[in-house]
Amino acid sequence: MTLLAIRGLTVDFSGARPVRAVDGVDLDVAPRECLAIVGESGSGKSQLLLACVGLLAANGRADGSARFEGVELLGTGDRAAAVRGRGIGFVFQDASGSLTPHRRIGDQLAEVAQAAHGLDRLAARAEAVRLLEAVRLPEAARRLRQYPHELSGGMRQRVALALALAARPRLLFADEPTTALDVTVQAEILALLASLCREFGMALLLVTHDLGVVASLADRIAVMRGGRLLETTASPAFLAGPRDPYGASLLAAVPTLAGLR
Amino acid sequence: MSTLAFVARRLLAAIPTLAVVIALSFALTRAAPGGPFDEEQALPPEIRANLEAAYGLDAPVHLQFGRYLRGLLQGDFGPSYKFRDFTVTELIAGGLPVSLAIGLAALFLALALGIPLGAWAALARGRGADRAVMALAVAGISVPVFVVAPFLALVFGIWLGWLPVAGWEPGRPADLILPVLTLALPVIAYLARLTRGSLLEVLRSTWIRAARARGLPRRVVLLRHALPAALLPVVSYLGPAAAAVLAGSLVVETIFGLPGMGRHLVQGALNRDYTLVMGMVIVYAALMIVLNLLADLACAWLDPRIRSGRHA
Amino acid sequence: MSGGLWRDALRRLTGDRAGIAGLAILGLLALTALAGPMLIGWRQDEIDWAHMAAAPFTAPGHWLGTDRLGRDLLVRTLYGLRVSLAIALAATLVALVIGVGWGALAGYLRGRADALMMRFVDVLYALPQVFFVIILTVVFGRGPVAILVAIGAFGWLTMARIVRGQALALREREFIEAAVVGGAGTTAVVLRHIVPNLLGPVIVYATLTVPQVILVESFLSFLGIGIQEPLASLGNLIADGAAEMETAPWILAVPAGVLVLVVFAFNFLGDALRDALDPRDA
Repeated sequence: MTLLAIRGLTVDFSGARPVRAVDGVDLDVAPRECLAIVGESGSGKSQLLLACVGLLAANGRADGSARFEGVELLGTGDRAAAVRGRGIGFVFQDASGSLTPHRRIGDQLAEVAQAAHGLDRLAARAEAVRLLEAVRLPEAARRLRQYPHELSGGMRQRVALALALAARPRLLFADEPTTALDVTVQAEILALLASLCREFGMALLLVTHDLGVVASLADRIAVMRGGRLLETTASPAFLAGPRDPYGASLLAAVPTLAGLR
Repeated sequence: MSTLAFVARRLLAAIPTLAVVIALSFALTRAAPGGPFDEEQALPPEIRANLEAAYGLDAPVHLQFGRYLRGLLQGDFGPSYKFRDFTVTELIAGGLPVSLAIGLAALFLALALGIPLGAWAALARGRGADRAVMALAVAGISVPVFVVAPFLALVFGIWLGWLPVAGWEPGRPADLILPVLTLALPVIAYLARLTRGSLLEVLRSTWIRAARARGLPRRVVLLRHALPAALLPVVSYLGPAAAAVLAGSLVVETIFGLPGMGRHLVQGALNRDYTLVMGMVIVYAALMIVLNLLADLACAWLDPRIRSGRHA
Repeated sequence: MSGGLWRDALRRLTGDRAGIAGLAILGLLALTALAGPMLIGWRQDEIDWAHMAAAPFTAPGHWLGTDRLGRDLLVRTLYGLRVSLAIALAATLVALVIGVGWGALAGYLRGRADALMMRFVDVLYALPQVFFVIILTVVFGRGPVAILVAIGAFGWLTMARIVRGQALALREREFIEAAVVGGAGTTAVVLRHIVPNLLGPVIVYATLTVPQVILVESFLSFLGIGIQEPLASLGNLIADGAAEMETAPWILAVPAGVLVLVVFAFNFLGDALRDALDPRDA
C-alpha cells in the first residue's frame, strides 16, 4: 500500500507576478523507502513538500491530490492538520530557524510528546531524553534545560530531527537537511538520518540539490526542474545512467575525487 | 547573569541620569530671572531680604546646591514657596499615592486591552475586525489627552450621567474610572497597533512554521510560541508608555480634579514655586527610571537571549 | 539625489491619496487662518454683548457661535490656529537648524568630537521632556517666545541623531571620496553632495515634528502654562471649552475639531512624504 500518493499536484503563487512553482507532479512513496528529489534551486521541490502538509505561504494555492494512507490532504480547510507531525514529520533546511528561540529544548520536545501521545509531564520529559539520545546528542539531560542559542549548528539540527520524530511519524520530509551545515557534519547527519529511518520504520522523502548526498541514501531518485517531475528511477540505475539529459547533467556536476565516486 | 546583577547594573546606569535631572532642574530654577517672591505685591525690601534669608536664598549658589542635596538624601525636598504651611515633601507624599494608583491602573488596563485587541486584529488580518481596530487605533494615537478627557467627561459624565466627573473621595472607586480610561486610551491604541504588527511578523517566521509542522495545536502555537516573541517590542514600549502616562496624568488630574501630584506640579508651575516644581520633576523622573527598569526586566524575562548578554 | 529621483518621489507623492488630502486640508486651513478673520470682520477680543455663549448658526454674523464672553468663536479659533501653527513652524525651524547643524558636524568630524557631541544628545534625550519643558516655562515665563525656546530645546535631538547617521553613512560613500580627490573643497563637498542627500529624511522628519510641537504647545496652553489669555491658542481655547462644555459644548468642539484635523493632516502628509522619498524605509 502506498504511503503517500501524489497526483497532478500543482502549486501557484498569486501576487504581482504570479508563479507556478509546481506543475502537475505525480509521485508515490512506499513505506520505509527512501526517495530523493533532486533539482536546482527554484525547481519547486520544497514547495511540493510544503503543499502536502498544508504549510504553503499565504499567497500559495495547491491543486490536485495528495493522499497519505488513503486520506486526502489537499482541498478546502486544513485537512493536513491531523497528519502534521503524527503522520508526516518535517525537517527544515535551517535548523536554527525551526527551533523556537525563547523556549527550552526540553519543553519544546516534551510538548510535542504530550500533544501527540497524551503523556504526562514526567513521561514526556523521559521521552524527550530518549529522543535526544536517539539523535546522538551528548549529555541529553543537560540539553533539556538549554535554549537553542546555546547550541552549535550541528547540535541544533539534531534537535530539529528529534522534534520531527517526537510524534512518531511514518513518513519524514527532509528539505535540504544538511545544506546549511559544515561539510564534516553533513555526513554525520545524513548517516543519522538513515539509521533513524531504519530504527523508527519511517519512509524518507529527501529533497536536495546535491546529488552527492543521495548516492548512499536513496532507494529511488526523482528529478525536478521548473516545477515538473522529469524522471523517477531506482537509484543504482540512475547513477549508472539517467534517462533524462537534465538528470545526466546533474550527475555530471557532482564534484569527484579521482576514483572515489 | 543573575537577576540581581542585572537589576544592579541597570540601577547603576540610571544614577547619572537622575543626577543630571537634579543638577539641571536646580540650575534652571536658580538661573531664572527674578525670584520666587517677585509676584508678591508690595513687599518692603527688608521683609523680602528676611524671607530670602529664611529660605536660604542669599547664600552662594553652590552652597545652596549642597544643602539641597543633603536634604534630598534625607527625603527633604525643601519648603514650598507658595504653600507656606507645607513642605514639598508633604505635598508630594500627599499626591503620590493617587497619581501612582491611576498611572499604574492605566498601564495595566492598556496592557489588558491593547494586547488582545492587537492580537485579534492580527489574526483577523485584512478582514473587518482588523480594519476597525486599526482605524480606532489611529484615532486613539492622534487625538490628544486634553481633547479626549473633556469629551469623555461630557458624554459619559454629563450627557449619559453614568460616571462621576470631578473630585475623588476615598472609597468611591467609580470616580477613577473615567480618569484611568482617558489615560489608558492612547496607550491602548499604540499597543494594539504594535502588537498587531509584531504578531503578524512573528507568525511569518520559520520557527512558527516548524512548530505547526510538528502537529502542535493552533492555540499552543499562538500562546506559547508566537505571542511571547511578539510581545518583545510591546514590552520595550512600556518605558515610553509610562512617560506618556505620567505626562497625561497632569491633564487628567487637572480636568477631573483629582488630588494627585500632577495638580501640584501645574499649580507650582503657574505660581513659579521653584522648590515644588523641582521636587515634582525629580520624583517624576525617578518614577520613570523605575518603570523603565521594570520594562527592561520584563524584556529580559521574555527573551532569554537578552539575559545571557547576547542579542536577538 | 539626481533630478530623476526627485521626479520619482513627486510621482509617488501625488499618487498617495491620504497625503494629498492632508496637503489640501492644510492648505485650506492655512488660507482660512490667514484671510478668514479679515473677511469675517469680528476682532479677536471683540465682545458682542448681545450674543454671549450663542450656539452656532443662531446669532447673526457668528457662524460658529460665540464663547462665554461673547467673542466670535470662529475668529478666535482661526487666530488660535495662526498662533499654534506659527509656534510649531518656528520651533520646527529652530529644531531643524540646530539639529541639522549639530548632526552634520558630528557626523563629519567623527572620532572624539562626534562621540562627545552625541553623548550630550543622549543625556538630554534621557530626560523627561515634558517636565523639563515645564521647568523651562517656569524659568523663562510664559508666552510665545518662552514656549518656543522650551520646546525647541528638546526638538532638535532626534533630528541631530538622524542627520548624524546619514552624514556618517554618506561620508563613506565613493562619490564623496571622488569629489574630494577631484579637488573639491570641504564646503563644496558639503553643499553639493552631502546636503542634497540629507534633504529627504530632514523634510520627512520636519513634517512629522510640526504636529508633535503643536500637541506639546497645546498641552501646555491647556494647562495654563503656555500661551496666555487674551492671546488665543488652540490649547487654551480647548481649556475654555472644557470649562463650558456642559452648557455650551461648541466652544469645546470647534477648536478641538480644528486641532485634530491639523494633526491628522500633518501626519498623513508626513507619512506620504516618507513613503515617497524613501519607499524602502516604509
